[in-house]
Amino acid sequence: MSRDSKLHRWHHRMNFGESLYLGEIFRGMGITMGHLLRNLFWTKDMPTVQYPEEHRDYSDRFRGRHRLMQREDGTEKCVACMMCSTACPSDCIHITAGEHEDPSIEKYPETFEIDLLRCVYCGFCEEACPVDAIRMDTGIYEIAGTSREQFYVNKEFLLNNNQQGTL
Amino acid sequence: MSVVVPSLLKITFLLTIILGLVPVLIWVERKGSAFIQDRTGPNRASIAGIRLAGLVHPIADVLKLMFKEDFRPEGSHKFLYALAPFLVFFIALLTYAVIPFGDFIEIAGVQYNLIVADLDIGILYVLAIASLGTYGVVMGGWASNNKYAFLGALRSTSQMISYEISMGLAIMGIMMIFSSLRLSEIAAGQGDLIWGFLPKWGVVVQPIGAILFIVAVFAETNRNPFDLPEGESELVSGYHLEYSSLKFALFFMAEYCNMVIGAALITTLFFGGWNIPWLSRDVIVSNVGIVMPIQLGLQFLLATIIALLFFMRAKREKNKFGDNRDREPVFMGVIATLSAAGVVVALGATPWTLGPNAASIYATLLQVGAFVCKVVFFCWVFIWVRWTLPRFRYDQLMSLGWKVMLPLGLANLVVTAIWLALV
Repeated sequence: MSRDSKLHRWHHRMNFGESLYLGEIFRGMGITMGHLLRNLFWTKDMPTVQYPEEHRDYSDRFRGRHRLMQREDGTEKCVACMMCSTACPSDCIHITAGEHEDPSIEKYPETFEIDLLRCVYCGFCEEACPVDAIRMDTGIYEIAGTSREQFYVNKEFLLNNNQQGTL
Repeated sequence: MSVVVPSLLKITFLLTIILGLVPVLIWVERKGSAFIQDRTGPNRASIAGIRLAGLVHPIADVLKLMFKEDFRPEGSHKFLYALAPFLVFFIALLTYAVIPFGDFIEIAGVQYNLIVADLDIGILYVLAIASLGTYGVVMGGWASNNKYAFLGALRSTSQMISYEISMGLAIMGIMMIFSSLRLSEIAAGQGDLIWGFLPKWGVVVQPIGAILFIVAVFAETNRNPFDLPEGESELVSGYHLEYSSLKFALFFMAEYCNMVIGAALITTLFFGGWNIPWLSRDVIVSNVGIVMPIQLGLQFLLATIIALLFFMRAKREKNKFGDNRDREPVFMGVIATLSAAGVVVALGATPWTLGPNAASIYATLLQVGAFVCKVVFFCWVFIWVRWTLPRFRYDQLMSLGWKVMLPLGLANLVVTAIWLALV
């Protein structure tokens, strides 16, 4: 009901004072001048972020560029089970599995490539992973390049691609 | 010889003021619109780290436009296409010939009127030149061989014709009250006081005329809310759509020149011209020992406060950016300090050491300053209104012009005539 009446107000007939426009124009000019003065004297309160120098604070759950986790000995945690590439809705993870020397581990990824241009940053891969080998917690969102190849990142890149250390 | 040199000096002064105001107005437009819309506005272009809050951007603009290709679309009229921007710019500057920017200045016993051409029919000249401005726009729109540009030119013509009538009617009231067509006489007439305290400005004696005139000037300069000739949502950008490089720059500058001239006309006809309310020339000359220290003292105070603020900021944000930009507050502070020092020097060289006419010359300078301040204020009003009001629809524009402003102007004229006949 209240919503309806609010909508209705947009179509109300102007009274005489409003139909002269002048008063309403001065009211509008007062509003814009208010904004101007507020932003002139309290520049710091403006919502603008001076981007290259400043960054917005994102939540810890923000999904940035992927990284691959490492074991304590520096080898990759990934066991090439293909769960992530199966879960991936945009089909951007390409893994070639190989046999690991250690019989207790069985498999490891010979190549692990992510096409960042295809990725939709949905986070299904990190949910699907059974050994917590892939994470999207780097917070990196400034992903730029001059050719397609630069967005096709390999295992070595993903293993060393983080801000909080490799483990 | 005795006419040519002072005239050239006056023309130089006016051109410096107008062309110097253009980049400043572009800056004010960008920064003002940004602040009105809760943005920061331009602040990136810099010369060795000095950004002047975006005032360097017009220089970058000009450099960019100079190196752009001077494009001419296929099927366009070669001569008219090239002529149009020059015509628009030329006509934009012509109006200034009859605008009095001061009373008179007396140097070596000779009085020079501060107006380039003191025509008997100054107002008619203004109206004639204002309607000539349409030709450049139509030429540009038609010669581009582009339907959007052509539509923009058509709109501009019909709009200017419609609003010129109310503009003329609004001026007519002023003309009757001051019984003169000479702009210098109208400006001088506004220095009187009604009942001893109310300045006899056009806006006081002709309030409806003032509103009509201001609205008509907005329409004549094609500024928002009357910027239908370049309504970008319908016509891409209107009559200058096909123009690039410095030809576009000329159109762009002509818009701002028109704005300055519109502001100067509003000031001259309705807001007292070069008059300072309650401070007539005689009052200034006889009290120069009081007026001048007060004026210079206020300027000194302002410059000192600004310098202090900048130096405080320089101390507070010593390493904010970690590059050249950290020098900026110090640079600005030094400039403000220098201007404060300049005021002190001017105060030291007191006017009565300069000659017997110094007080008179000082009064003239003060009046010219007042005129420039008023013009700048009305330029700001142009910008302010642009970022406040939405654009008219075309039928609204026409019905406002013909059904509201024209009858109102006629009624105003009749009432003024009756009032003048009775009093």
